[in-house]
Amino acid sequence: MNVTVEIERRDSNPVKPEWACPSCKQPARLAEVRANLMVCPHCGFHLRISARERIRQLVDEGTFRELWSNVLTLDPLKFTDLETYPERVREAQAKTGLSEAIVTGTAAIDGTQCVLAVMDFGFMGGSMGSVVGEKLWRSAELAAGEDLPLVAVCSSGGARMQEGILSLMQMAKTSCAVDLINEATSPFVTILADPCTGGVVASFATLADICIAEPGTQLYFTGPRVIAETTHETLPEGFGSAERNLRLGHLDAVVARKDLRVKVGNYLRLLGGGEEPDRAATTGGRERGKGGMAQTALERAKAFAAYARRPFVGGDRQAAGEAEEPAAREPSP
Amino acid sequence: MTVEIARHKGRPRTRDYIGYLIEGFEELRGDRLRADDPAIVGGLGWFRGRAVLVVGHQKGKTLDEQELHSWGMAKPEGYRKAQRLFALAERHGLPVLSFVDTPGAYPGVAAEEGGQARAIADTMLKMARLSVPVIATVIGEGGSGGALALAVADRVLMQENATYSVITPEGCAAILWRDAAFAPQAAEALKPTASHLLELGVVERVVAEPRGGAHHNPEVAAASVGEAIAEALAELDGIAPQERRRRRRERFQQLGQWSDPELPPGTLSLFGGYTTG
Repeated sequence: MNVTVEIERRDSNPVKPEWACPSCKQPARLAEVRANLMVCPHCGFHLRISARERIRQLVDEGTFRELWSNVLTLDPLKFTDLETYPERVREAQAKTGLSEAIVTGTAAIDGTQCVLAVMDFGFMGGSMGSVVGEKLWRSAELAAGEDLPLVAVCSSGGARMQEGILSLMQMAKTSCAVDLINEATSPFVTILADPCTGGVVASFATLADICIAEPGTQLYFTGPRVIAETTHETLPEGFGSAERNLRLGHLDAVVARKDLRVKVGNYLRLLGGGEEPDRAATTGGRERGKGGMAQTALERAKAFAAYARRPFVGGDRQAAGEAEEPAAREPSP
Repeated sequence: MTVEIARHKGRPRTRDYIGYLIEGFEELRGDRLRADDPAIVGGLGWFRGRAVLVVGHQKGKTLDEQELHSWGMAKPEGYRKAQRLFALAERHGLPVLSFVDTPGAYPGVAAEEGGQARAIADTMLKMARLSVPVIATVIGEGGSGGALALAVADRVLMQENATYSVITPEGCAAILWRDAAFAPQAAEALKPTASHLLELGVVERVVAEPRGGAHHNPEVAAASVGEAIAEALAELDGIAPQERRRRRRERFQQLGQWSDPELPPGTLSLFGGYTTG
């Protein structure tokens, strides 16, 4: 005689998943998500990442040399809303560990030396004020002056309202910076990461030689809420998404995070012109980046610092615990 | 309050200034791609005996006009029309006079999907590249990127009661105060007035208006604007074409305030020596 006993497992205290995808809601181990470049292992949803994490993922190991981290924000308008502007800046600095919403420097990407500018949405919504404009300008000037490509990762809610008209002027300033790079024929590639809106998308972000976005990135000048309130139009499915923008002709490609380094490396080699690099050398790009090219990066950064008559301070950042990544942020609603 | 004068219904518009200041205006229409945007008017004409290109936002006065011109809110086709006209001016060596009067770029689905962001960015870049003299005059509302797209100029003039701002006071209040009712406080904090912008170096000159605002005597207002443009043009004529472009870039490079312990403000080009292409 067979007796079937059904046992229902009832955990009175179900284990809370370590991490749940904000898009598909499926749980995963945080370490697994981290190892997957902060992309959901189930649905491929790309989480927002900090500038430091972006740099770690995008550049050849140990090649990033930060420049101009001591360019700091002032308060030209003595602006106060619910808080004063300096208070908001201090909070953002404490939260992100960054001095401003953009991190700039030199790096090698898949073996190609470049100037790199990376925006951080976690710093006051990646908003563009005088410092973002100035650091982008210097990046462009360095690229133009040293005949290096410029790669910018753009993620921003738009202009820094607390700097009033001066924040608007950064749109013109960064567009003039693009004129500078174009004139010097330095390659310019932008990677748009969620979200990329307002003044940044309507200036340097979309003026690059090649403009790509991560999957799911929201891109628009005017947001859905303002459109709905002003024109009362119904928004089409997928409005503002990278995928829709690709179909509409506003992007060169939508590229998954794991492919960015190689893709951008290819772009830089192609825009560099000339003969196709030796296959072995190409596949060995990382090694090359660690060797000769990285050395060149360092030399160039040093030469630049000497030019600007100030001490070179970027060299030891990587060693000084940069591996300590800030916690990943979930997309804000 | 200034914002109200800047938005006054009777305030002279771009077409009024064209009427007062430009002889034999020939309007040129269309972006040569798909449409003509009435929110931006442009064309050729004679300014004090000299052939110039004029481009400006047009708001309209009556309700019908305003609707036709989308209250001066340009779409991508409007900005592309401006770009085409800038290219024309460059080819034929004509100075560019632009008039800024818009609450902002048109906030619609078709505009967004038609490439509004890139259209604005590209207009700024194309203005930055011009070697002909470029003079922008803010005559009413200078609203956000939609306004700036026509104001990447060698000289930016601004009428006494005009405003120029990164965002409308209402929009700013809705975001930072989380309530549009705080618009007066936002307007106060944003300081969008001509005198303040002069202080920040965003505009070179404030043009006086008749008592109570330009709408009280458009003819006198236009005469003052014409005088200011003529003086700016005379200054710019003395500069070599490629030098104008370099100085225009430098003008915008200087806009902003930051601190850098190792590089004092006023240090301009780190790479003064790089060669031009």
